[in-house]
Amino acid sequence: MAKDHTSGPDEYESLIEEVLEAYPAKAKKRRAKHLTVSKATDEEPDPTTGIASKCDTQKSNIKSIPGVMTIRGCAYAGSKGVVWGPVKDMVHISHGPVGCGQYSWSQRRNYYIGKTGVDSFVTMQFTTDFQEKDIVFGGDKKLGSTIDEINELFPLANGVTIQSECPIGLIGDDIEAVAREKNKETGKTMVPVRCEGFRGVSQSLGHHIANDAVRDWVFEKGEGAGAGYEAGPYDVNVIGDYNIGGDAWASRILLEEMGLNVVGNWSGDATLAEIERAPKARLNLIHCYRSMNYICRYMEEKYGIGWMEYNFFGPTQIAASLRAIAKNFDETIQENAEKVIAKYQPMVDAVKAKYMPRLEGKSVMLYVGGLRPRHVVTAYDDLGMVIAGTGYEFAHNDDYKRTGHYVKEGTLIYDDVTGYELEKFIEKIRPDLVGSGIKEKYPVQKMGIPFRQMHSWDYSGPYHGYDGFAIFARDMDLAINSPVWNMYDAPWEKPAAIAAE
Amino acid sequence: MPQSADKVFDHAPLFQQPEYKEMLENKKVKFECGHPDEMVQEIGDWTKSWEYREKNLARKSLTVNPAKACQPLGAVFAAQGYEATMPFVHGSQGCVAYYRSHLSRHFKEPSSCVSSSMTEDAAVFGGLVNMVDGLANTKALYDPKMIAVSTTCMAEVIGDDLNSFIQQAKQKGSVPEDFDVPFAHTPAFVGSHVDGYDNAQKGILQHFWDGKERTETESINIIPGFDGFAVANNREVKNMLDAMGVEYTFLSDVSDVYDTPSDGEFRMYDGGTKLEDAKTALNAKATISMQEYCTPKTLEYAASKGQETAALHYPMGIQGTDEFLMTVSQITGKEIPESLRKERGRLVDAIADSQAWLHGKTFAIYGDPDFVYGMARFVMELGGEPVHCLATNGTKKWAAKMEELLASSPFGKQGQVWAGKDLWHMRSLLSTEPCDLLIGNSYGKYLERDTGTPLIRLMFPIFDRHHHHRFPTWGYQGALTVLVKLLDTIFDKLDDDTIIPGETDYSFDLTR
Repeated sequence: MAKDHTSGPDEYESLIEEVLEAYPAKAKKRRAKHLTVSKATDEEPDPTTGIASKCDTQKSNIKSIPGVMTIRGCAYAGSKGVVWGPVKDMVHISHGPVGCGQYSWSQRRNYYIGKTGVDSFVTMQFTTDFQEKDIVFGGDKKLGSTIDEINELFPLANGVTIQSECPIGLIGDDIEAVAREKNKETGKTMVPVRCEGFRGVSQSLGHHIANDAVRDWVFEKGEGAGAGYEAGPYDVNVIGDYNIGGDAWASRILLEEMGLNVVGNWSGDATLAEIERAPKARLNLIHCYRSMNYICRYMEEKYGIGWMEYNFFGPTQIAASLRAIAKNFDETIQENAEKVIAKYQPMVDAVKAKYMPRLEGKSVMLYVGGLRPRHVVTAYDDLGMVIAGTGYEFAHNDDYKRTGHYVKEGTLIYDDVTGYELEKFIEKIRPDLVGSGIKEKYPVQKMGIPFRQMHSWDYSGPYHGYDGFAIFARDMDLAINSPVWNMYDAPWEKPAAIAAE
Repeated sequence: MPQSADKVFDHAPLFQQPEYKEMLENKKVKFECGHPDEMVQEIGDWTKSWEYREKNLARKSLTVNPAKACQPLGAVFAAQGYEATMPFVHGSQGCVAYYRSHLSRHFKEPSSCVSSSMTEDAAVFGGLVNMVDGLANTKALYDPKMIAVSTTCMAEVIGDDLNSFIQQAKQKGSVPEDFDVPFAHTPAFVGSHVDGYDNAQKGILQHFWDGKERTETESINIIPGFDGFAVANNREVKNMLDAMGVEYTFLSDVSDVYDTPSDGEFRMYDGGTKLEDAKTALNAKATISMQEYCTPKTLEYAASKGQETAALHYPMGIQGTDEFLMTVSQITGKEIPESLRKERGRLVDAIADSQAWLHGKTFAIYGDPDFVYGMARFVMELGGEPVHCLATNGTKKWAAKMEELLASSPFGKQGQVWAGKDLWHMRSLLSTEPCDLLIGNSYGKYLERDTGTPLIRLMFPIFDRHHHHRFPTWGYQGALTVLVKLLDTIFDKLDDDTIIPGETDYSFDLTR
């Protein structure tokens, strides 16, 4: 095992230089703009974390370089995979060839309650399965008859979304016309989404396009289930919680205990009605800012609904968020928030007492999507763990700005990291834990470094809320303190010096 | 409060606690605006009726839960089986993220592959710049010995010409002129992953063989085909060939690539077919494909070079393995040794011991065309009866061949062949004509849930069970693994059905 690891932040700048050396000149110049170390800043420290650093000195949300093994996905993944896919009572058609829908089938772990194939459709793969003739002659007709067949075979589906794959935008199909026609025929909501994979530079544009489709094809088409819904004073929406491993449920229980009504949860375990009624609520609570801030801004502008970001990872952020949410309501809610915090505090204390001695001081490197690289940081802090480096697949500048409220000066920051860079960083820093995705999991583990998937919670979860924090702590412990990491070296392979004696 | 530090509940027990059940019921009633329970029940029952089956089978446009992937996945898999080869997929980058994830989730191993990351501008102007920069970057960063190029549907729709692009990239110095960059066009809207495998293999062989003189040797080539069990199956085939004393070359061998040790080092490349061996494979006497439907074009190409060719169908079970060994023996003139005859005898012995538990059991089988053929054949050897044989990527030709197989045995009498159908069709089939057992991949668990048919995972991809692919399913040894899996499922089901104390446990037998 490589033992010549970098000792600390002082060496991160030179580590970046060293890693960039491998690139051809053109690529080196471009990649240099995405790698940095967080700097000191004059800004006031964040009131919850007590941290202020500058993390937005680099470029983000720009094209990946060809041939470097970017970890990013595409706009289709952002729309079908993230935003629309979890809406359970609609059928989401992967419109185009078979692959996109196949590879993303059931992979996001958006939990839901429902009879799959009867009134719920999340863990199914619906596709128009394009053949050559569909490319040559266009696929609109096939799309129309596909929707007809869905209506016949899945009569309880409350609507259909059309998730465009690459060819759709290239062959000039008019999926909007098909959607309008089918809406007229069936009266059901039809949502065409122009999320072809070649659009934009990552999943991120897909989120934005999907948000716009909510605006144009749900909100603009009438009130739906919102009609006649009497909003109460405590009605809120949760936006940007995809209920991975049940995250949204572990969050909802806290909000309800506080006395709030969650009218809509977007989009984990959501029904179309929850989307339609959302404009009636008092406040939008946004968890995944990156993927759903667009529609919150629109609802603010159009319906006058305020929105606020919150963070349900780890007890420090949960308590701060519960208080901040309660501030928008009357004293009863504010008192309830304190009660909720007090109720869970003994469990939090017990979790910390159990796991902190096993985790304190351990270093972590993160590389996730557009929110978690900052949002989970305080949960690690709560366990006494230290973030050595973090980075996003598809963050924008405003995400890096916010990151400065979470990570201290001297943290390694990598944007749209390449397989090569991440491997070298990990090899040199040798953190005690890496949190990233399935593609990164096995290379990291081969190096003898504990790993947790931080997109899918590695098939565990929920990680949101107080109940989720206990699971989070348990999972980090079981990853780091597994006996397997001590068995990588065969006992008969003694270091040369000892062997020579 | 259900959660505690002493006994941490994750999702499975957590949401079954009363607090959460109540919360979810409340959500349903107050906010979801769903259909009434009775209606859901009624429609649910209807989806399992013969009437629904007729409508379902009449589908012309919609595909639901297909059991196939797209061409580039197969191309990437084939390329990964060559020494220090980086698969390079020209087109949108999201596709590559998907292939890598898909393969990693099955093998629980790293899966390396790069994309040329084409976006809107490339859609308008073509992806030449992406190819030129991409090849240079891949070579510099990942130091491969070969870069095998294939395409996503985006590049195919806009009509990028790989041959010309690669030549231009070489002229611009992206990689040296003599650097190996084979390529294959792999449109996702034609065929499936098995065709992508074929196209990539043919592309790689053309790159090494075209314009070369052939001097025939005694060696043979083996093309394993797209196989989720390749790690163990390739090794099993080698064991058999070694036992026969045959000289051979695997054309694409992922057995080490997808099975690297954990010892502190991440090996991006390990094992695989040596490029030198791929070149000299032109001289082989014959090329044997272990999976006919993964290799039609590649075998045709090998034949055009003067090689003898033979194609098998996923050699599982007794006859499948017999056929493989006899084919090799006939081509090479080497005898099948006593050791293999004994292995065969041990398998037959095991089957004889257990046949009573399998005789007359009915099976639904789905997967890639060759797998379904090999599996159905083995099931019939065991006295089982294939009822539904389904391949979403099966052709009419495949269907005819399947019919022939089923007609060859009295155990195939009630067998029906479903080419081009998907797993939502299978749901109807299992609801109306139930079977005792279902054989497929992880996606089959939804069929198991909806129809109560126990699932046996023997087909790629297997996401929700670990390490099955580390044990062979080919050869006499592999047949034993398969046999045990079938028996375990039957015995487990029987135990589950008889486990209630004082009610059903008279049949909870100790010895079976």
